[in-house]
Amino acid sequence: MSAKKNVVVIGNGMVGYKFCEKFVAKSGSGDFQLVVFGEEPRPAYDRVHLSEYFTTKDESLLTMATLDWYLDNNIQLFLGDPIVYIDREGKTVTSLKGEKVSYEKLVFATGSSAFVPKIEGVEKDGIFVYRTIEDLDMTIDYAKKCKTGAVIGGGLLGLEAAKALMDLKLDTHVIEFAPRLMPRQIDEEGGQVLKDKMESLGTKIHLNKNTSFFGGDATVKSMNFADGSVLNVDIVVISAGIKPRDELAIKFGLEVGPRGGILVNDKLETSDKDIYAIGECALHGGMIYGLVAPGYEMADIVAEQILNIGEKEFKAFDMSTKLKLMGVDVASYGDAFGTSEDHDAIVYKDKIKGVYKRINISKDGKRLIGGILIGDAADYNMHLQMVKNKLVLPPNPEDLILGARNGASAHAGAGVAALPDDAVICSCENITKGAICKAVEEGDLNKVDEIISCTKAGSGCGGCKPMLVDLLKDTMKKMGKTVKNHLCEHFAYSRQELYDIVKVNDIKTYGSLLVKYGKGHGCEVCKPAVASILASTFNEMILKKPHQTLQDSNDRFLANIQRGGTYSVVPRIPGGEITPEKLIVIGEVAKKYNLYTKITGGQRIDLFGARVDQLPDIWEELVNAGFESGHAYAKSLRTVKSCVGSTWCRFGVQDSVSFAIEVEERYRGLRAPHKLKSAVSGCTRECAEAQSKDFGIIATDKGWNLYLCGNGGIKPQHAILFASDIDKETCLKYIDRFLMFYIKTADPLTRTATWLNKMEGGIEYLRDVIINDSLGICSQLEREMDFMVETYQCEWKEVVNNPELRKRFKAFVNVQEPDNQLAWADLRGQKFPEGWGTKYAVAKGLK
Amino acid sequence: MSTIVDTWVKVCKTSDIPENGGACALLGDKQIAIFNYTITNEWFATDNLCPHKQQMAISRGMIGSHGEECEPKVACPFHKKTFSLKSGECLSGDDYKINTYEIKIEGDDVYLRV
Ligand SMILES: Cc1cc2nc3c(=O)[nH]c(=O)nc-3n(C[C@H](O)[C@H](O)[C@H](O)COP(=O)(O)OP(=O)(O)OC[C@H]3O[C@@H](n4cnc5c(N)ncnc54)[C@H](O)[C@@H]3O)c2cc1C
Ligand code: HEM
Ligand code: SF4
Ligand code: SF4
Ligand code: FES
Repeated sequence: MSAKKNVVVIGNGMVGYKFCEKFVAKSGSGDFQLVVFGEEPRPAYDRVHLSEYFTTKDESLLTMATLDWYLDNNIQLFLGDPIVYIDREGKTVTSLKGEKVSYEKLVFATGSSAFVPKIEGVEKDGIFVYRTIEDLDMTIDYAKKCKTGAVIGGGLLGLEAAKALMDLKLDTHVIEFAPRLMPRQIDEEGGQVLKDKMESLGTKIHLNKNTSFFGGDATVKSMNFADGSVLNVDIVVISAGIKPRDELAIKFGLEVGPRGGILVNDKLETSDKDIYAIGECALHGGMIYGLVAPGYEMADIVAEQILNIGEKEFKAFDMSTKLKLMGVDVASYGDAFGTSEDHDAIVYKDKIKGVYKRINISKDGKRLIGGILIGDAADYNMHLQMVKNKLVLPPNPEDLILGARNGASAHAGAGVAALPDDAVICSCENITKGAICKAVEEGDLNKVDEIISCTKAGSGCGGCKPMLVDLLKDTMKKMGKTVKNHLCEHFAYSRQELYDIVKVNDIKTYGSLLVKYGKGHGCEVCKPAVASILASTFNEMILKKPHQTLQDSNDRFLANIQRGGTYSVVPRIPGGEITPEKLIVIGEVAKKYNLYTKITGGQRIDLFGARVDQLPDIWEELVNAGFESGHAYAKSLRTVKSCVGSTWCRFGVQDSVSFAIEVEERYRGLRAPHKLKSAVSGCTRECAEAQSKDFGIIATDKGWNLYLCGNGGIKPQHAILFASDIDKETCLKYIDRFLMFYIKTADPLTRTATWLNKMEGGIEYLRDVIINDSLGICSQLEREMDFMVETYQCEWKEVVNNPELRKRFKAFVNVQEPDNQLAWADLRGQKFPEGWGTKYAVAKGLK
Repeated sequence: MSTIVDTWVKVCKTSDIPENGGACALLGDKQIAIFNYTITNEWFATDNLCPHKQQMAISRGMIGSHGEECEPKVACPFHKKTFSLKSGECLSGDDYKINTYEIKIEGDDVYLRV
């Protein structure tokens, strides 16, 4: 092939890819040519986050590196073409499609496949495994016609598969052979807490169950257990463990373990010195490591060996894990069962909340040797660091799991400063605290994202991100930098902080906030921002006396100021639906006041060219005809567009118009950090363009898909699928929580898309907060939204009926004259303001 | 048909100007913006015309303060150019300015001299 010597990699999975990445990074231009054969049809993807595919259905989000990356790094990649033949004498490999390549060194990264127990009937249709994107596609497709699903295996992967079935709206059962869930990671009591918690979420868990055969003809219909019981099912996912892909190794004479796995030594060499094995296919020290972190370490070691730049050897690897199963934290670290040495276990259990914590303390009370955290694993990273670095425990080690009492701050999270510099923070990428702090200092980094792109820490499983946040804060503090996000020169607080201050201290006016928490006389930044906070908290009429002059000029006159200084009038037309009678009213009002009319992109009618003194009269007529303010002038909900929907459209599967109206009427007038737009489409053809909205809803045949955080504008961004096939009530519940959370936490003038882009943890974090209630604030958010909905009032109706407020709508304080400077021209039979500046000449002439 | 007013003219009542805000008065053909700060009871008067895009809008702008010295200022509602209410200088970096005028309060009457 080429003059360079070949390093051939069999398998383009997570570890095979990581090997390429490390190899390229370490070799520079190099003397070697990398050649990779992958059996799957696509380049390596992130299997760890495979379950996200259930919600996103977008495989590109999982891809580890694009095909361009392989090209750019001169890696020859053969996809969908497994190796089938190895000539160890001649040192060549041959692929299924007949590609024959010689090698200097050969690396097995063939991973593993799902272990499928030999149960009678296992070949029936409707029985799947959970390992590749194809598996998922087939499962998702088949599940469409199913009601009940079962997962065989109550381990880590099994529970993830169960979550996936739940997401597919199936009645879900988990069948475990052992007497408890996750028998490898957690103890009996922990297993019980986890089981209770999972069952409260709707999964049925069956322990001590041994499946003897699957019933049904061609397709699976039931599971029949050794104890004689039967469970009727439509679909089964098997997740009973993994089986290393060692078949090729066996065929060509490499030594394997008695229960499978390609035998390797500490250098990860197989029984043939020119062949290595890494990742889940390798058997080291009697262990198959079914996690990515040890696989990545193996990849690193073999890359260094082949390039002859390192002497590192593979040592037994820590199997600590933390995951979220159906929104429940489960972590197990170090010696979780305490089998390695004599120890004292401290256990904390809260059955009601579903929290279980166990820590194993060495006999001398000085060290943490391992533990289990269920229901609340916030302290996992810190505990793990304490185990790994043998940190000396505080005098009351129980504080580690009970949290601070007596006002003392014993919270383990307080302690990144205590870690030694060589503490490994990201074990996927093997990056130490020292390296991260150095990067922050030297690179002058201010954000976690910057740390990730600069050091790669946190780019693997992402579990260390919370620690990166702490490290960043700690280092910045040491450097004397404050993480500041002040609203403006008058308030040394962020919008979120001010929101909390207003709420907690029940401050109802800008004036008292400024006196107590600010300085000077305010400005055009803080006044509207605080006005918006006050409106989103107390929902008082924004033109009430102390609030009036805080409002941006548009809000102050409840209309958008236009070129020339006139205003536009935009009545609300919920969902874009309007009766002929109301259309006629708009036409008549426009004619009477000589207003320019235009249909906006928001499915309603805009009337332009109204003088400030005309606004109350115009609105009086509109209000009397049943119109309300459309809030086109406000940072608040604009419109909820809708398509025609199932009432008329032959494709529609749901009534999008009715839902759009309901949504628009629920959130009308809601003040927010920026404007909010929404749309509802009646089927997947998406005529209402809901995916470009802050929140968009698209009908499915089972319910509604909710998309969040999109926008058009200068930098368009698609909304992200947040939840699928939910019913109306759930949809509104999620939107309530989402909007209120946004209102509480966003910076001023930040649309939801930007807000999300800046959010640590992104959409996953948002899902956690809104769906899993990870911050425990959802019921409060809902209450606050209910308050906003109940206290809604049409601002224009208020003005029309209030002579005091009406008085403000005039051009001059001293004379009853309309603005004398307005100049009009004619365009296609309607009026429009003369160009910028023509008036200036007039005004100048006056001087 | 320009009207030069060289004496103090009573234009309105203090209550006609919104608290911590502004409103517009018409003197002859000239539009004058009037502002007040309720807390300090300070009053200012300027052109209503914004020199940026020649919009009659300054009186509808938002007032506030600038810098440690608490320079009173107004932001034009159109594109948020800000101007000192004392000197009329543009505080957002452009080299145009607005005219400022004398204003006084007697009892609850507002007087201007243009
Ligand atoms: C749903 C799920 C969730 C998981 N969650 C976690 C987690 O939270 N944390 C964690 O650490 N780990 C997790 N894992 C495990 C993790 O994904 C694996 O440890 C990791 O993928 C192993 O990488 P690998 O490269 O060794 O194997 P793989 O990623 O399986 O890659 C092996 C590749 O080699 C190919 N191959 C096999 N034979 C040949 C051949 N003859 N020729 C060419 N190609 C071949 C295979 O098709 C495959 O593409 C999870 C796994 C799954 C399935
Ligand atoms: C920087 C960004 C933007 C600014 C400053 C802006 C400004 C405006 C203004 C001033 C109006 C009101 C016209 C009036 O009724 O007086 C308006 C209306 C509108 N804009 Fe924008 N816009 C912005 C971005 C967008 C984007 C990104 C979209 C769509 C993707 C959009 C869609 C609309 C629609 C549909 C209307 C009519 C609204 C209604 O019916 O209430 N705008 N915009
Ligand atoms: S990215 Fe960080 S969290 Fe993953 S193992 Fe890596 S250490 Fe853990
Ligand atoms: S796109 Fe520009 S010109 Fe058109 S309405 Fe929006 S802001 Fe005005
Ligand atoms: S017209 Fe006043 S800032 Fe542009």
